[in-house]
Amino acid sequence: MSAILASEPKGHIEVRNFSLSYDSIEGPVQAVTDTQIHVKPGEFVSIVGPSGCGKSTLLNAVAGFLKPTTGVVTVDGERVNGPSAERGMVFQQYSLFPWKTVRENVEFGLKMRGMPRSQRESAARTLLGLAGLEAFEKHYPEKLSGGMKQRVGIVRALATGPKVLLLDEPFGALDAQTRVIMQQILTNMWQRLKISVLFVTHDIDEAIFLSDRVYCMTARPGSIKAEIPIPLERPRQQSMMMSSEFLALRRGLMSLIREESLKAMGGEINDMGMQGLNIELHGHSLADVI
Amino acid sequence: MSSPALVRHPEDSMPAIAEAAPVPAVTPPATPPSFGTLALRWYKLNRGPLRATAIGIVSLLAFLLVWHLLTTYRVVFFVRFTNVPSPLAVYASFTKAIHDPKFFMHVLLSCRRIFIGFSLAAIVGVPLGLIMGRFKLVHEIIFPVAEVLRPIPAIAWVPMAIMLWPTNEQSIVFITFLGSFFPILVNTLHGMSLVDPVLVRAAQCLGARERSIFREVYFPASLPHIFTGLTVGMGVAWVSLIAAEMISGQYGIGYFTWEAYSLVQYADIALGMIAIGVLGLGSSLLIRGAGGLVMPWRSMR
Repeated sequence: MSAILASEPKGHIEVRNFSLSYDSIEGPVQAVTDTQIHVKPGEFVSIVGPSGCGKSTLLNAVAGFLKPTTGVVTVDGERVNGPSAERGMVFQQYSLFPWKTVRENVEFGLKMRGMPRSQRESAARTLLGLAGLEAFEKHYPEKLSGGMKQRVGIVRALATGPKVLLLDEPFGALDAQTRVIMQQILTNMWQRLKISVLFVTHDIDEAIFLSDRVYCMTARPGSIKAEIPIPLERPRQQSMMMSSEFLALRRGLMSLIREESLKAMGGEINDMGMQGLNIELHGHSLADVI
Repeated sequence: MSSPALVRHPEDSMPAIAEAAPVPAVTPPATPPSFGTLALRWYKLNRGPLRATAIGIVSLLAFLLVWHLLTTYRVVFFVRFTNVPSPLAVYASFTKAIHDPKFFMHVLLSCRRIFIGFSLAAIVGVPLGLIMGRFKLVHEIIFPVAEVLRPIPAIAWVPMAIMLWPTNEQSIVFITFLGSFFPILVNTLHGMSLVDPVLVRAAQCLGARERSIFREVYFPASLPHIFTGLTVGMGVAWVSLIAAEMISGQYGIGYFTWEAYSLVQYADIALGMIAIGVLGLGSSLLIRGAGGLVMPWRSMR
């Protein structure tokens, strides 16, 4: 019985009746309200939404950094009470330890688990080799480019063999070309490891390109506005971003987010600001395609 | 000639251009650059530091020259240089002093006091700062007391120190300790307050517990500020030591300098001052060197 259970893919995230509010002088402020999401084992799910909608808050609650005000977060039926190595996390600011070399960064989780030095060294080398970073194992993070730093960040989060991988706008600080390469690397790793991924981004193209399913959140206080399955076949190619299927999904998501962003900003003056944003997003996606 | 050939022509020439490009890039290593070109390159790369060194030497020489002129002509212009020893007189007293074991005893005793006082300050100040930075309650209890005691200059502690400690030696070490303790504590605290919380989170979701986070994140993240504190603390330690030695000492380089004034050996005053300057500079360099060893990720910049 236990053997059968062990062979099943793990990492079933469930967030039920979730809400989270902060205390302030004017009383409690609702950041996220009445939210249900789930990630099936081995599924790639993204959360998109206007800025400040609480998508990072939701992710931090799944990671165990924030306690829900109401509701419950479970992974494989176990309640999340605090951060743990079972839920690997990748941050937008890379957050590598500057005083550790690339290899020592990757080793960190294994060291915390008490693995002997020689064993974790060879494990870290193997992982860095898979990510094409073996030549940089002795470098300090400061010497690396943004893309390399984030590759180390992902490898470090995966080194302990977590059930789920949580990513908080991981490619937000990267240039467009690097971002495309990183998306490909992440997809490859995810397919090989059969791990559940919860991915927060504000980049609609990125969300569609990577995910099996996309949750779109409302403006603050955030809740789930829509759940959009992405039926694009895998493996996905960069050229798919020009397909009518992709563009239709994109248009749909875009109008959902636009609606919410306008709600968050309110008023006509801000509508003009949104038009500016639209143009920028178009230019951005064109750069990706070319 | 048909038009397709014309169209293809530029495409055919493309690889030729692509191949031509690497050739000049390969050529230079074939003939190693001559010593002259290497020297010129080295000079170009190090022009800034070389310039700074050259100007530094010139400025030191100019200082000596001005000192020499002011003392030889016994200039009196608001400030009186009548009794000030000339650089040559100081040099003469230096050559005498290096053959005098008593002078070395003064220097060694001062160094020993600095070593004990400063080490104690670092041993107490750094861990206390780390603990205060991590545990709010400890901070809330100790910080107000530290803030009240901190502005009191170490020299003002001299009478109190003499009452507190049975021997002069102990009270001088105590004053040295006090002088360096507060800069070390305050800078360690500052370093702790600047630790990036995202790094702490990163450690937590890699399975790190409280003790590991302290050792692997808070401590190394604070190290740059700890070393700033140690450097500043070392400077203040010398200030406090010299003051204490002048007031209550029987030995030590501060006492030597003060004694020289009482004995009307004016050249020794300047010698004592220069010795203090050199010792202070040397100990700061030692700490900086230690910092580079302990923080390789910073020194490799």
